[in-house]
Formats: sequence, C-alpha cells, structure tokens
Amino acid sequence: MALLDVRDLRTHFHTEDGIVRAVDGVSFSVEKGKTLAIVGESGSGKSVTCLTIMGLNSGRRIDISGEAIFDGVDLLAIPKDELRRYRGQRISMIFQDPMTSLNPVHTIGRQLREAVQLHADVTKAQANARAVEMLKAVRIPRAETRLDDYPHQFSGGMRQRVMIAMALINNPDLLIADEPTTALDVTTQAQILKLMNELQRDFGSAIILITHDLGVVAETADDVLVMYAAQPAERGGYEDIFYRPHHPYTWGLLRSLPHLATIGEDLKPIPGAPPSLLNPPAGCRFHPRCPYVMDICTTVVPEFALVPGSGDHRAACHLDEETKQREAATILTETLADSA
Amino acid sequence: MTRYIIRRLLWAIVLFVAITIITYVIFYLVPTDPARLAAGRNPTPAQVKSVAHYLGTDRPVWYQYGLFLKRLVIDHSLGYSFADRVSVNTDVLNAAPVTASLVIGGAILWMLIAIPVGVFSALHPRSKTDRVAMASVLVGISAHPIWIGLILSYVFGYIPSSGHALGFSFPSFTFLPIQGYCNLRGASQGQVCSGPIQWLYHLILPWVTFAILYAAFYVRMIRANVMETLNEDYVRTARAKGAPELQVLRSHVLRNAMLPVVTMLGMDIAIALGGAVLVENVFGLPGLGQLAVTAVGTFDLPVIIGTVVFASIVVITFNLLVDILYAWIDPRIRLG
Repeated sequence: MALLDVRDLRTHFHTEDGIVRAVDGVSFSVEKGKTLAIVGESGSGKSVTCLTIMGLNSGRRIDISGEAIFDGVDLLAIPKDELRRYRGQRISMIFQDPMTSLNPVHTIGRQLREAVQLHADVTKAQANARAVEMLKAVRIPRAETRLDDYPHQFSGGMRQRVMIAMALINNPDLLIADEPTTALDVTTQAQILKLMNELQRDFGSAIILITHDLGVVAETADDVLVMYAAQPAERGGYEDIFYRPHHPYTWGLLRSLPHLATIGEDLKPIPGAPPSLLNPPAGCRFHPRCPYVMDICTTVVPEFALVPGSGDHRAACHLDEETKQREAATILTETLADSA
Repeated sequence: MTRYIIRRLLWAIVLFVAITIITYVIFYLVPTDPARLAAGRNPTPAQVKSVAHYLGTDRPVWYQYGLFLKRLVIDHSLGYSFADRVSVNTDVLNAAPVTASLVIGGAILWMLIAIPVGVFSALHPRSKTDRVAMASVLVGISAHPIWIGLILSYVFGYIPSSGHALGFSFPSFTFLPIQGYCNLRGASQGQVCSGPIQWLYHLILPWVTFAILYAAFYVRMIRANVMETLNEDYVRTARAKGAPELQVLRSHVLRNAMLPVVTMLGMDIAIALGGAVLVENVFGLPGLGQLAVTAVGTFDLPVIIGTVVFASIVVITFNLLVDILYAWIDPRIRLG
C-alpha cells in the first residue's frame, strides 16, 4: 500500500474576485522511500497541493475536498490538532527560500531543538545532541559550535542544509520539498540534490519534490506528476515521462530544457502564459497554448486516461495514440542527440 | 560595542550644542527684553538697565551662551530663573518626577491596552472585535489630548461631585480628582498630599488620557506588524514543524513583530518625558511641560534652556538605550 494516497483533491480559495480553484481534482500516490516529483509552471497548483495536505494553507475562506490517506489516516478529515502532530514528526516540509525560512532572532540550535522537543519528551541536552548529529548528517562543518549561530551567519546553501536537518530530525516518513533548490546557485543546487538523495537512502523517507525544473526531476524522481492549471496533465513513472511522454504540455517542458547541443540556438519556450484559475479555459485547459489543438479540445474536457499498454501512466489529451507516440519518439531523438 | 557607544556619545554632544544654540538664537530673535519684564511694573530706564546687567542680558549672545556652557560643564548648574531667581536645577528636578510618573505610568497602561488588542485584531482581521477596535483607534488618534482630558475630567470628576447628571439628581461624591499632583514619597512644601495611594489616585485620569492617545497609535502599529510577521516564511516553517499556534505566536511572531515597536516606544517615551505639555496642563500637574510653558510666557530664558537641556539629554539617552536594546533582541544588528 502506498504511504500517501491523494484522491481527487480540490482546494478552492474564496477571494473578492471570485473562487480561485487552485487545485482542481488532483490524484497521486507516493510509495514508501520513493520520490515523486510534481512538475509545473508557477501557479499550476503544485505548492498549494502540498500545503493543503499539510494543513498549512493561509487564508480564511477555503473549501477543501477529496482525500489524502497517509498511512491509513485521511489527513483532510482529522482535527487540526491531530494533524499538527503529524507535521514535523511524520511529514515534514522544506521550502523554497532558505533566506527567509529560518527565524532570524533565534539561534539555529534553538530552532532545531524546538523541532525535536515538540514531538518528544527529551531534555535540552538530548535535543542538542540530536541537533548536532543532524547538522553533521547534512555536512555542516564544525556542527557543535554552529548551534549558537544565528541564521544570518550562514550562507543560502548552508541554511537550506539546516532546513533539511530540521525537516529530517524526527525521521519523518515523508518529506515534502517545495522547490528546495530554486533560490540557490547552480553548484549549490547540485550539492543539495545530491545530499537529499543520500539522505533519502540513509533515512528511508519518501519525498515529494515540487519543482519546475525537469533537470532536477531527472536526477531524483521515481515517479512524476505534471500539473497544468490546477489539474494533472500527465502522471507516470520516470521513464514514462522522459521516454514516452503523452501530453503536449510535457513535450513543451522537455523541449524548453536547455541542452548542450542547442547552444547558440534560441530556447524554445512554450508560447503564451498559464491561464487564470478564476476563469480557466473551457475544454482542455491547455488548448489555447497547444500547437496540436483540435476542435474537440475547446469544448470537451479530456479524460485523465490510462495510456494503453502501460502500468499506471496517465495523460489528459484528446490526441490519438499514434500521434503521441510519434511526437514522443521525435523528442527522445532530439534529447538523445544532445547527450550523444 | 564600546567604540559604538563612544561614537554615539560624541555625536550626542554635537547634537546637544546645536540644540542649545538654536534655542538661544530663537529666544533672541523674539523682540522682547527679559530685563523689562523682570524689573517690575513701570520701571525707569535706569532700573531696566541695572536689571539687564544683573541678569547678564546686556552682554552679547555669544558671551551669554559661553557663560551658560561654562556654568553647565564646570558648575553643573543651569543658572537661575529670570523671574524668581530660583535655581533652574531645582525647578527641573522638582518637575521631572511629575512628568516621569505621568509618562512611564501612561506608557505601561497604553502598552497593556495596545498589545492584547493589537495582537487579537491581527489574528482575527475583519472580525467584529477587530472592526470595533479599529473604529475606537480612529477616534483615539483623531481626538485631541486636551479634549480627551476635559471629557474625562467632566465625566469622572465633575459630574459625580456636582450631584446631577442628565436631569437626575443624586448625592454628590468625589470619584476621581481632576487637578493636582501628589508626591510618591514625602510631601514637598505647599503640597497637601503625598504617598503612593494619593499619587496613584491623582494620576489615574492623566494616565488614562495619555494612554488613550498613544494606545490608538500602538494598536494600529502592533496589528500591522503582527499581520506582516504572520505571513513570514519562518512562521510557516514553525507550523510545518508542528508547533501549536500559541507557541508559534509567542516564540516566532511576537518577538519579531515587536522589534519596531520597541524603537517607537523608546522615542515616544523620550519625547513625552521632555514635556507632556497638554496633559499636564489639563490636569494641573507641575511637570516639565508646565514649567516650560510658564517660562515661555515670562521670557524666562534660563528655565526654557533648562527644560530644553533636560529634554535633549533624555531623548539622546533613550535613543542610545533603544539602540543597545535593539542589538540585544535582534542578533542581525551588530554594533561595531
């Protein structure tokens, strides 16, 4: 059984302008010890999906429906205080911007200790020992002496390591990482990703990795969920998405990746901008930007259907199977040509 | 840290000299002769001249200023009042505890009101309580302190002792005093009352007046700061760690939200200590504000300068204290 099973999740915000359907029918599951990458543009609903599971959405007037079954318990149905006990202990989260995610007026020792003592009845000394252990695990030099330092005395990459240490300090079953490397420079990004992979191996936590960067996905993911305009566009194993992509939006994402072979050429962005979630397009939400658009796309919502002959590879697109396979093959050739 | 304090102190001296020079210059720009005022009714020119010589006002301004500085630095004396030849040191030292009682008591009261109301409003924006609080705040900010003082005097002082209100009569009684000050400890001459109970009793209305005025500002400020801090990423981190709301608020929100409030509080207390003129006037409190107003009315230069000197020292000291306190509560600030 999956560790986390999310079914038909919907998160609707009531705003002055109307109802924003930030998440509109998303389903996925995360297996124990595996990594699921949720990919999509800004505003596609990937962060809100995870914040909803954690019960961390801000704002007053929110409608949430669906299920998020974590280890047999529906997180969306239990009382707030019970959900709080899951946070930081069984499910933890790290965020995009390490520069602002740590409290500037407390030492990192205090912040790490807090994470331990919130969930376990241990002494300050024991919590400190655990904090040092974790700082060592995320390879922060001179861990013992750094406990008394404040966040501003760390670099961005080091702060993200502290955040990871804090998230893993209680040995959670699931770590949600919301664009953990976006705010970091490229070399630091690579180090953090490597660290996360290693820690996942040592700690055995499952990871949900939210990102807009397919490069990051390629390095870490077991399964991939591609989201577009609050809905799933495509979902499948790593190989399904990279070798047999079945949705024009995924094709666009793959094509827009910069490759060594395309140096000197212009990047190929997906034309247009993501739609407003206040008033999304009728039919397939991607149709205004889709180069393969057909009449049916403007009126009929495509089913999130199983790809024929696959295990659990799904895509929401009206195109016929033959076209999809042909396009997927073309993209694969382009990408292979690059790596060759 | 030491270097920082030394630099601040040197800067304070420059500031101090500038303030006193400006006060002197402004005083001499006003076309009035303090000697004529001090010389009594219908003085002869000879009498005025001898009084001017006695007061020192026949000397050039720069000479007088130099004399003032010399007295201050060497004798620690602020000089003697033109009007009654009382030592200005005595005047200021008598008035300072009155103002200090008013301002510090008032500040405690206004913070006791502002913190809970501001935090509650921030946590429940647009709730009924928040709307009522924000409406009251608008009244508090818009109302003039004299008006607040007079209304409070009328309602809690005059009406009970008059024995009738709204067409009804009732046995008159004294509820709250509306005039005067009582020393916290031993009475000075001419005072009818002293002791902590009388002191507190006489300060209730002035404190409330003061608090209404400032609490309004502080409620708004605390509300805005707390709301802003609630949206900080590190608050979300604290929640993601599983911290209960109360702990999130106490440990992660309030401390950060209070940083700018501390600065404001230091400044406001310092400025108010320099003379809470209006409130002191309404309630007949013989504080620094009263002293300065009386001195301006009689062109009593040494007393004016005395209050200015005292006020600037207080403001400068409080600024320094706030800076040091700030560095202590906000580790990002390193004084160097």
